[in-house]
Amino acid sequence: MSGVVEVGLGRRTRRGLAVWAWAVFAFLYVPIVVLVVFSFNASSRVNIWGGFSFQWYGEALRNDVITSAIRVSLIVALVSTVVSMVLGTAVALALARYRFRGRRALDGTVYLPIVIPDITMAVMLLVFFAEAFKFIDSFGPRFTLGISTVALSHIAFNISFVCVVVRARLDQFDRTLEEAARDLYATGWQTFRRVTLPLIMPGVAAGGLLALTLSLDDVVISAFVSGPGSTTLPVYVFSSIRRGVTPELNAISTLMLTASIALVLGSLALQRRRASASQQTQVL
Amino acid sequence: MGPARRSSPTAGAAGEEAAALARRRQGMLLASPGALYLLIFFVVPLGLISVYSFATRTSTGRTSLSGWNVESYRAIGDDIIVGIIGRSAWLATLTTVLCVVVGYPFAYYIATRPRHVRAVLLVMVMIPFWTNALVRVFAIRFLLGSNGPASALSESLGFGTFRILFTPTAVTIGMVYSFLTFMVLPLYVALERMDWSLTEAARDLYASGAKAFWKVTLPLTRSGIVAGCVLVFVPSFGSYVVPDILGGAKTLLIGSYIARQFRDARNWPLGAALSVLLIVAMLVAVALNQRSGSGAEDGGRPRGRRRGPGQGEAETVTAVAS
Repeated sequence: MSGVVEVGLGRRTRRGLAVWAWAVFAFLYVPIVVLVVFSFNASSRVNIWGGFSFQWYGEALRNDVITSAIRVSLIVALVSTVVSMVLGTAVALALARYRFRGRRALDGTVYLPIVIPDITMAVMLLVFFAEAFKFIDSFGPRFTLGISTVALSHIAFNISFVCVVVRARLDQFDRTLEEAARDLYATGWQTFRRVTLPLIMPGVAAGGLLALTLSLDDVVISAFVSGPGSTTLPVYVFSSIRRGVTPELNAISTLMLTASIALVLGSLALQRRRASASQQTQVL
Repeated sequence: MGPARRSSPTAGAAGEEAAALARRRQGMLLASPGALYLLIFFVVPLGLISVYSFATRTSTGRTSLSGWNVESYRAIGDDIIVGIIGRSAWLATLTTVLCVVVGYPFAYYIATRPRHVRAVLLVMVMIPFWTNALVRVFAIRFLLGSNGPASALSESLGFGTFRILFTPTAVTIGMVYSFLTFMVLPLYVALERMDWSLTEAARDLYASGAKAFWKVTLPLTRSGIVAGCVLVFVPSFGSYVVPDILGGAKTLLIGSYIARQFRDARNWPLGAALSVLLIVAMLVAVALNQRSGSGAEDGGRPRGRRRGPGQGEAETVTAVAS
């Protein structure tokens, strides 16, 4: 069959399908392309093309509020990704390979942050921090919403995503490999370090990438648990859009767009390299 | 249930028992940091929001936890709130249906391309899927704005100014745009796993193309459709960003209404009660998905192990991430 699936559709149906598919691609891409094009518009009127210019990028990057928001976003993304990669992977390993008390409860809970809507997660965490601060304040130290509450919240949802991705990887690979290592008198730690970890590493990396993306994307939860001075870039963009569309916003959006596309393409390239490397080892 | 070391010759029953206990402890140790984190930052907040939903709003807009009552739940019966919930449900349903109608032929086309073309097209679907969601909604806002490019184009063609922004139509367009890829990916996975020889068999037995599609292909990809519907319905029902940016006063949805209770209106108990309602509704939707998912067959192949809660969503997440 050489990969082509022949499903016996009529010629007109097939042509219709192709037209439809490319129309959907246009629907997905045209708004983004228009946004990017207009971010290079020299005119300050958003609807008139006044020539090509980098002016709005310069203005956006000279804005202290924006650069501070970028910094906050990067710190939160980095911290929440690293912490959730470690905690999420450990939970995935425990759920996939061990039996222990509370395993079923944990198995049921760990998927919940993925399925409940952002807005409910946001208000839950807001209420939680309000109560927690009331409690802590009674001991003396004073806490307020800030960059740490944003990071803590991002870890809370990212653990689940990392866990799910790593666990899928654990379910895929051959468990006899671990058993073989143990039968050859490898200790538990050696088995983990030499067999399990290298095998699940692509899953851990994919989970980390997902966590990074979700953290950089999140606007709803961050909007509720950030305080003055700890605004993330999406929160800044969100509150600015409400005030109106400016060419500066187009420029920041284009920068965010470039960052996420670079992340996807980078990860795909990484996967491809890994895939070809593993093919080579199979040949050997 | 660790890998049992059946082959160790000297280990007696007592030794095995000790090993099993050690493994139990190891598992607990491994899980506990993450479990503790989820307990503190997810389970406790979940409990707190439930408690708050029974609390009282004081005249200053603070929340008093003394004196439990179901006032907030009673307030949900209010005409305005019922209207908001109904509108949210309607827009979410409309979005879901549109995503199936738009997404199915699209996914079908991609899944039936030759392997190398398929890989490229899939990347083209992945890019919008992974792209910052807020930026994508902003792109729609920019495009449709009354002084935006679409309007300028329509003016220069003599159709007059666009007045679509801040209407339910704009919100629907924005939601379909935001969540379409959530539908396409599970559909693609189901279609790609499909055993096409079954469709061919139907054709060989003189079924028309349309009949083969309705009687064979569509039922066999049902699990993908159901998973996609849940993945689209759940975020669009609770959506906050899309209606906030593209909608107006006439498109107040439950997500924005909850946000409002926690911000300007300062009625946390009511917001909490609505949040609880939303969470319960989502869990029901997910549970229904699982029931239909475990009953159906997947691409002509019998489904494997039992599914845990949210596993349909989880499967899509993993299919996309790895």
